[in-house]
Amino acid sequence: MGAGMTATVPPELVHRLSALKGRMQTVSREEIADVVTSLLATMEGDLSDGNLKVFAELESLSNYILAAKSEIAALRPDEITARHLPKATDELDAIVGATEEATNSILGAMESLEAIAGELPGEFGDKVNEAVTQVYEACNFQDITGQRITKVVNTLKHIEEKVEALVSAFGDEIAKYKKAHPESDETPEDEKKKAPTDADLLNGPQLPDDASKQAEIDALLASFD
Amino acid sequence: MSVDLNMQVLIVDDYKTMLRIIRNLLKQLGFNNVDEATDGSMALQKLRDKDYGMVISDWNMEPMTGIQLLREVRADSRLKNLPFIMITAESKTENVIAAKEAGVNNYIVKPFNAATLKTKLVTVLGTF
Repeated sequence: MGAGMTATVPPELVHRLSALKGRMQTVSREEIADVVTSLLATMEGDLSDGNLKVFAELESLSNYILAAKSEIAALRPDEITARHLPKATDELDAIVGATEEATNSILGAMESLEAIAGELPGEFGDKVNEAVTQVYEACNFQDITGQRITKVVNTLKHIEEKVEALVSAFGDEIAKYKKAHPESDETPEDEKKKAPTDADLLNGPQLPDDASKQAEIDALLASFD
Repeated sequence: MSVDLNMQVLIVDDYKTMLRIIRNLLKQLGFNNVDEATDGSMALQKLRDKDYGMVISDWNMEPMTGIQLLREVRADSRLKNLPFIMITAESKTENVIAAKEAGVNNYIVKPFNAATLKTKLVTVLGTF
């Protein structure tokens, strides 16, 4: 279309545009409107009103997509797959591990109690056994919560796959955003270098591998003396 | 016909705590010879190697599930009449129907209590 339009621009219009170019500072709004009208007239047949509307819509859509891409890049979906989802999965695994360990301790204690109950006289032994049975029944929770958490972990993995696809599709935009906002790319190690705020200190229970042992805490406390 | 409380019972579950709970409850009911497996394939191997009087199995296990184990048991000429109870958190109607069609003798939904376990054992094995 562009090449065709160039070929049909009348010499008179070219002459008027050249004249305008020579006195850019003094051109009136009316003169510009006149030239634009003439220019549009030369496109007749090549670009109808309908085409112009479609073109405007496409341009608007393109701008909208560009803005949406920038906004999605600013959300940093790469952080979701790199940091947040793995952390959530680790926390859930830790819950399963901790409840299993606790349940085993409870069962061990109940087995000891059950053995003692056998040596107790009649009614006392029966009562203890009854209570032990109730604890065995209650310990069902570990299996049920474990299975529910496994379902949540699988859902998180599914979300991770979808977000990874998004990151892959928006890779360039994210790279541009990170370059423009280097502070958004701070790693947990970078964050640790800063003095922690009160909010930073609200971390909840640590994962077993990250948690300090009591002896380590005692040693740390002793180092202040 | 009286129930042989000395029979070998095979319990199958991928949660060790659940194996321990079922074993203890069976012990309270008088069953002292309890063996364990953590999935269907391990259970099937044990069933083929040794004589058992009953299987109590979970459904959701890897690599072989409880329903797959049940189908293998029912397809085996030596094991096909073995009493088989499913204890599972899978409580949808279609699960129960599938288990029944595969030949399960009874079905217990988790979480369960000792009374339910005893009732189902009596239904499957007879009074003890």
